[in-house]
Amino acid sequence: MFGLKGDWSLDVKERYFTLDDYCGAEPRWCTGCGDHGILAAVHRVCRDSQVKPEKTVAVSGIGCSSRLPHYMNTYGFHGLHGRALPVACGIKSRRPDLDVWVATGDGDCFSIGCAHWIHAMRYNMDLTMLVFDNGIYGLTKKQTSPTTPLDVPTNTHPSGALLPPLNPLTVTLGITNVSFVAQIVDWNAPLRHEVIMKAHEHKGTSFVRIIQRCPVYVEAIGKKLQDEPERMKLLTHEKGVQVDDSVKRLFPNHAEHDPSDLAAARELAQAEGVLPLGILYQNPDAPCYDAMSSIGLEMSVDEKLAGLNTALDHFAI
Amino acid sequence: MSGTNSAGDTKYLFKRDKTWWVKLAVPRPLRDVLGYDLRQSLHTHDIETAREARWATIEEFRNKIEQAGQAAAPGTTDTAKSGDKDMQEKAEQGPLEVSQQIVEIVSDSGEGAQKCGQILGLVSGKMGNGVWTVEIIPAEIQPPARERQGASGIRVRMGSKYVTNMGNEADMAVAFNEQVLYSRIMNRAYKKGTVVLLENMWAADPDEKIRKQYAEALEDFEKQGLIVHELPIQEECLKLVKDPRKGKNMFVLGMLCSIYSRDTDKAKEEIAKIFRRKGDKVIKINHDLFDAGYGFARENIEYQFRIDTAEEDRLGSAVVMNGNQAAGLGVMAAGIELVAMYPITPATSASHYLADDFHLTGGFVHQAEDEIAAVGFAVGASYAGKTACTITSGPGMALKTEMLGLASMAEVPLVIIDVQRGGPSTGLPTKVEQGDLLSCLYGMPGDSPKILLAAATISECFHFVIMARELAEAFRTPVIILTDANLATGVQAIERPAVTDEWFAPPVDQSAWDEEVAPYNWDETTGLSERPIPGMRGGEYILTGLAHNRNSKIAYDTASNQEGMNMRSRKLAALADTMKPPEIHGDPTGDLLIVGWGSTLGAIEEAVDLARAEGKKVSSVHLRFLSPLEPGLKQIFSGFRKVKTIELNYSDAPDAPLITAETRRYSQLALVLRAHTLLDVDCWSIVPGHPLSPATIGQVIDETIEDMEGAVACSA
Repeated sequence: MFGLKGDWSLDVKERYFTLDDYCGAEPRWCTGCGDHGILAAVHRVCRDSQVKPEKTVAVSGIGCSSRLPHYMNTYGFHGLHGRALPVACGIKSRRPDLDVWVATGDGDCFSIGCAHWIHAMRYNMDLTMLVFDNGIYGLTKKQTSPTTPLDVPTNTHPSGALLPPLNPLTVTLGITNVSFVAQIVDWNAPLRHEVIMKAHEHKGTSFVRIIQRCPVYVEAIGKKLQDEPERMKLLTHEKGVQVDDSVKRLFPNHAEHDPSDLAAARELAQAEGVLPLGILYQNPDAPCYDAMSSIGLEMSVDEKLAGLNTALDHFAI
Repeated sequence: MSGTNSAGDTKYLFKRDKTWWVKLAVPRPLRDVLGYDLRQSLHTHDIETAREARWATIEEFRNKIEQAGQAAAPGTTDTAKSGDKDMQEKAEQGPLEVSQQIVEIVSDSGEGAQKCGQILGLVSGKMGNGVWTVEIIPAEIQPPARERQGASGIRVRMGSKYVTNMGNEADMAVAFNEQVLYSRIMNRAYKKGTVVLLENMWAADPDEKIRKQYAEALEDFEKQGLIVHELPIQEECLKLVKDPRKGKNMFVLGMLCSIYSRDTDKAKEEIAKIFRRKGDKVIKINHDLFDAGYGFARENIEYQFRIDTAEEDRLGSAVVMNGNQAAGLGVMAAGIELVAMYPITPATSASHYLADDFHLTGGFVHQAEDEIAAVGFAVGASYAGKTACTITSGPGMALKTEMLGLASMAEVPLVIIDVQRGGPSTGLPTKVEQGDLLSCLYGMPGDSPKILLAAATISECFHFVIMARELAEAFRTPVIILTDANLATGVQAIERPAVTDEWFAPPVDQSAWDEEVAPYNWDETTGLSERPIPGMRGGEYILTGLAHNRNSKIAYDTASNQEGMNMRSRKLAALADTMKPPEIHGDPTGDLLIVGWGSTLGAIEEAVDLARAEGKKVSSVHLRFLSPLEPGLKQIFSGFRKVKTIELNYSDAPDAPLITAETRRYSQLALVLRAHTLLDVDCWSIVPGHPLSPATIGQVIDETIEDMEGAVACSA
């Protein structure tokens, strides 16, 4: 790829990456699944930011969402149910040079991996975290998840989910040291790309909840939202999401929201019946644990040997 | 006392602030009249001046005592005089030369008995003595006072030679109250003739019930043959501090340093180290308490020992540490940069140590939100090329199981240190057991081969971590190191390791990867393969815990699954192929072979040596590799009429109700060895919550051989 620089010299990049450079195996998600769109957005954001595929690691747990790494042509870690975040944090802890993505779902993150979700937000390591929230367990075939809406029948609750669903946004916005919280729907491509791009650029753990359609088990959840756009509210701001008027036109509810305003973000998250879309909160200055965990990386072998001898001296006669 | 150190010639002297005082003990019958001792300031800061000036005052004190004695009943005077003379004679004879001494310090929790014993152990190690310490830790932080189950303490075994275990019954015990002593008596820690130095404040306690308990215990102790000396430790400490609960331990340390002729400068250095964060004032108070205890013992306690070390038994350059510190240092020496942990007893002190010193080699301790996150974090770092370590104990291991299965399945190098404690469930959190062998070997669903090592000494706690990291990377597998609560808190002087950068992990390889080479390019014979590390161009692959083929692609087909299983298991055979048979302690053939693993090494070998000296044909083998097992075991076992494991885990006693040869459940290593060798390996194991003594093992050896002879006699 060639580019003209300000002094008219040519900028010849050694490597330029196209979408193909990030595309792995053929996705095996169901037809009509919202995950396809999310994957496309991740590929595009990688391409747009020209991250090196070999420096990129996609980490996931278990579930439909967690197949994402297999569809990337980068490094990937498809681990255990609920445990994507500790692994991702561990990768980042001593390898700050790696660009780490986390793909997780409503069961993986909000249920079995709940403890890690809370603590990873607090560690605020530089991760891009995408929660594929379809409100159902897909891979294990239609069990109630923490975000399954009331009365939606499932195989574990045939007469409908018993409890009101968990609100992941209010939880996340309540965690100390949270630095980036956003929400999107899988079917709006420009908004999807804009938010994931911003999440990827953010330094810290960027939490993006993606309302994602599962046409096989709970088609109604996505359909209802698509049919009733007034149940969503688009948030834009010069410091947050900026989209074309053509996108804005799709959302009858639209508000300007400053993402640095945590109290306003919490209020939006809490509002009954209206899903806020866009960036709810962003604090670029929250401390990142990777800055602490990567201490001593630059130490030479000689320094380490000297350090080891000093340590032994503490026990010497 | 020798005059070689500065405290050497401080007879009758003690220091308060900077001023030297002189002090002389009052014989027991005159204490009502004169008080416990006579003391007077010499108004000097200079030790030399004080040394000269003391004699006049001592003379004065002696006259005073004599006069008081004459005023009292004539009989008492004689006793007082002769008592004083006895003591003088004893002091003039100098300390008694001994080759070893075992002392215990027992208190209520929070009175610092362990700190006291740890310093005694450290100082002894630093003086060139062999040392082994065992901590007696209650499970609660603040159990009720004067309760037998709440006993907190420490045993220190000091020897002129290298000491490898806690030994048999103690020679001396210092007890802060009589009730805590009972817990040790119930553990058979003492013998007839064990000297007990007992806090006497309870005799005058306002609570009648306590006074009564104390009096009854005294009587009882004497009946049991303990030699009890009641000491006014509290009263003495009150002269220096308001609340002797904190500080009494340093007074006792002073006493013990006098009794065992320990180097007081070294002791004071350690005291200063411990209290360094609390400031000079606290250090000074503790130094004063130490001096007071030292002076008190010199005046009032007639026991004085010297435990010399022959020049050839001294370690050239030694370091004194416990097993958890050794493991922490091993982590640093291995070039490991990350330890991810979650607090759990008795493993956590390894991380406490690392939190202090890890920065010296550029490392970081991550305290995770739970055990699963800790191992997940370590697996993440390892996957990214920085082989990490996680340190835990049994219940933590249980939680980590799934992630360890993933590390085995996806071939992620990882070092896990399991400091075993009593199980199952929460079990005995502070006490020793060797109960995790089978769960480490087989705890995961499916076949999950991994390398399993058992450290037997403090030194191995250090060196095995270095070996484990290398094995983990070479064999692309998790490596578990089993230690236990006994090693974790046992302090020993060991040869200072000669550190080398060859132990360090190589820098993360970021060169290009040959795209033609699969991420699991298994060697058909050994199962070994190189792994691509994130950052290596051309090596991009998706690690998965699902069944996968050489390309790390999810593969549900029969052939791929079988191949993956074969290859992961083959690695253990490849490692075993490089190993030598274990060394036999004793003759290669005989009547009885004892097989052990882990921290029982010292006690087993001491017992075997003693039995051999008595002419018994006993040998022992101690296993360090438990997966894969060291080769040649079947052949070694065949050289003996009987093979028996000795372990600290559960097995059915052969003569227990309903137990037959068919129903008997064997101890963990025995079960493994029976399957491995198809030989009738017997076992003797118990779960007492404390280490095995050589005497206990000696008894097992004696009884086993007697049984064998009986059996021979019957068949003849």
